[in-house]
Amino acid sequence: MAKYLIRRFAFLLLSLVLASITLFVLLRIIPGDPANALLSVGATPEQIAAAQHEVGSDLPLIIQFLNWVRDLSTFHFGTSIISSYPVGPEITSRLSLTVPLTLIAFVVAVAIALPLGFIAAFKAKTWYGTLLNGFSQLGIAIPVFWVGVIFIYIFALKFMILPSGGVPPEGWANIPGTLKYLLLPIATIALVMSSSLTRYVRSATLDVLGSDYLRTARSMGSTFTQAMTRHGLRNAAAPVISIIGIELATTFVGAVVVESVFALPGLGSLLVRSIAQHDYPVIQGVLFVSTFAVLMIGFLADLIQRIVDPRLISSSAGDLR
Amino acid sequence: MKPGKKFGVVGVAFAVALTLFATSAPANAASADATVDIGSLYEPQNLDNTGGGGQGVVEALNGNSYEGLYRLTDGGVVENLLATASKVSKDGLTYTFTLRSGVKFHSGKTMTSADVKFSLEKVSAADSKSARKSSFKVVKSIATPDAKTVVVTLSSRSISFIYNLTYIWIMNSAAKDFATEEDGTGPYKLSAWKRGSTLSLVRNDAYWGTAPKNKTVVYHYFTNATALNNALLTGAVDVITSAQSPDALAQFKSSSYKISNGQSTTKLILVFNDRVAPFNNVKVRKAITSAIDNKKLLASIWGDYGTLIGSMVPPTDPWYEDLTGVNPYNVALAKKLLAAAGYAKGFTFRLDTPQYDPHPAAAAFIKSELAKVGITVNINSVTDDQWYNNVYKKHDYAATMQEHVNDRDVVWYGNPDFYWGYNNTTVTSLINQAEQAPNARIQASLLKRANRIIATEAASDWIYLYPQIVVASSTLSGYPINGLNSQFYAYNIVKN
Repeated sequence: MAKYLIRRFAFLLLSLVLASITLFVLLRIIPGDPANALLSVGATPEQIAAAQHEVGSDLPLIIQFLNWVRDLSTFHFGTSIISSYPVGPEITSRLSLTVPLTLIAFVVAVAIALPLGFIAAFKAKTWYGTLLNGFSQLGIAIPVFWVGVIFIYIFALKFMILPSGGVPPEGWANIPGTLKYLLLPIATIALVMSSSLTRYVRSATLDVLGSDYLRTARSMGSTFTQAMTRHGLRNAAAPVISIIGIELATTFVGAVVVESVFALPGLGSLLVRSIAQHDYPVIQGVLFVSTFAVLMIGFLADLIQRIVDPRLISSSAGDLR
Repeated sequence: MKPGKKFGVVGVAFAVALTLFATSAPANAASADATVDIGSLYEPQNLDNTGGGGQGVVEALNGNSYEGLYRLTDGGVVENLLATASKVSKDGLTYTFTLRSGVKFHSGKTMTSADVKFSLEKVSAADSKSARKSSFKVVKSIATPDAKTVVVTLSSRSISFIYNLTYIWIMNSAAKDFATEEDGTGPYKLSAWKRGSTLSLVRNDAYWGTAPKNKTVVYHYFTNATALNNALLTGAVDVITSAQSPDALAQFKSSSYKISNGQSTTKLILVFNDRVAPFNNVKVRKAITSAIDNKKLLASIWGDYGTLIGSMVPPTDPWYEDLTGVNPYNVALAKKLLAAAGYAKGFTFRLDTPQYDPHPAAAAFIKSELAKVGITVNINSVTDDQWYNNVYKKHDYAATMQEHVNDRDVVWYGNPDFYWGYNNTTVTSLINQAEQAPNARIQASLLKRANRIIATEAASDWIYLYPQIVVASSTLSGYPINGLNSQFYAYNIVKN
């Protein structure tokens, strides 16, 4: 296990290095000049040249890359060339919203999906099992922004019991206030995420229910609950953990849609704005942090999978030994 | 547990959560201590109006946190602010300003002539990104004989000089970081800026002038107009500074809201590259202008709002006159002009169109209108960045669309190097003469003449003047309705 951990961690670091190089190169391929975002109609050619010098877009690419590596090594990610604010604290500030939003929605989604997925599997042949299956299909088919718009219409505009978007000016200093503003975004993500998770839990449970080992355990005298607890759940958990990891990473990166619908100042909205302005230090910082988060989630999901099912350590083709 | 019970538990939990969080809006405080929540689409880029802060920093801080020697009121009148008096020499080249006593920056330092000198020089400094920089090229020297007096010497007369000073914030010369910190002399201090979300101002109790009629002002920033409108509908904001669509106004037509249709200075323009064929031909430009039914276009985008002006000059400029009849909508005339220009069978051109509203819709309308006179328009959608690079900097375009937001900006037609490349020596001379006019009456007369020539030659097609629509809760009063040059003074707003 220790060997696996070390190698998996080394793979994580290597991925990060490759990702940072790729990010830098891809961003420079996109045509555009960050100096443009600082200027307006009426700027003279001298002002344009001065702005380009100030933002560093007139520097050779290799110098820009070395500057990026230097900023990365200090973990402060440089300074925004548009706002002049340091990128590190800006990202931390945005994460303070995106991380709770994603995690709370994730926990709610899992809390909904696990029991519903089991019920849908155990009672697959009943009318409510079919209904649950249908609802989860529907949840997967509906775009997340549409769910958000409908929630806003019902709870904010029609009944006026929840805010339509934004966060209180005082932020997390006002925890109940901020949670009130996050309730609809959380419900939106949780609804969509739980729909797909329910499907996966149902599918994994159905596989287990039809397995030979479960039938063998029952034939050797185990009750259904004993057989499921000792053998079934472990086997069903492995694929579900993997999917949960992917869902969490997707939700974290895809939070931009919900942030846009609910006007939330999260990491996604910072990224969108920075891309429009070619604010390279901010884009690089946000994408680096997002990449790190996705790799870490994948790493943790793999780790938990192997704790739940130790056979994977020795048998998995992807264990990098 | 049966599934039915599970649903019941989830439902009850959600209902409990709603009950816990669904508290009613806080009762209104006494109006002098009220918090005014303003909804806007224009978040500042940074806090420095000479450092690329953009439209948002003007809206939030101009007149609220930072003040100039003069103020441009919401009605468009220039009045004294940090300058109490000014004296102009007979040759019009020397301005002597007397500064107001007892004015302190928010940091506590007393404002002196050194700060005024610093602020004026900051606009024309090498690293200045101010769009007004070229207006201050005329400043030859700035002297500060004492702490209360500033003497500015110009290299040539400039009748707009005092007016242009309304754009210049007086900043603390000892301050270090203008992009991330605020230190003005205005009625509000910056309390907090949560980037991407809110910018809060709090009353400056040491303000030299009349105290604001509210205690706190919070600008809430949104990236889409729907979210902004929803915020007003749910009471999260009290006012939105600029409504973006007439369609959205229907939901505010009740006694709970007030819709103000103020004076705007933002023009939507079909810009020709007057340097290149076929747009270097006046007849072609006039033909296109006559072939497009601007009235229909305005109605289709803004309904009953907005104004046709027929030139670059909005009604708030002193040299305004209605020139909508100069190039009337007349398809037969357009065809005749095209034939006279040698384009009887029409031609094809590329229209570089910004991606944001209303440009795509306006471009599609123009395309269909020009098809009726045989002109084929290829719409090329461009990002802001592409527009700035290719159109503004390189002049690599045939025609484009753009909004020009400032007042008194007809003077750009006097600059042959400007991106539209209009080059008429008479116009350039009239605009230069107007700037050196001895009084405002002569200035207005000269600019009227210049504007008539520009309109007659259809240097561009000025499609319409945007409406300036402010929508507010009916509990609010005292807010600006014209939004000249994007400013939004908050100090007179009363919330009942």
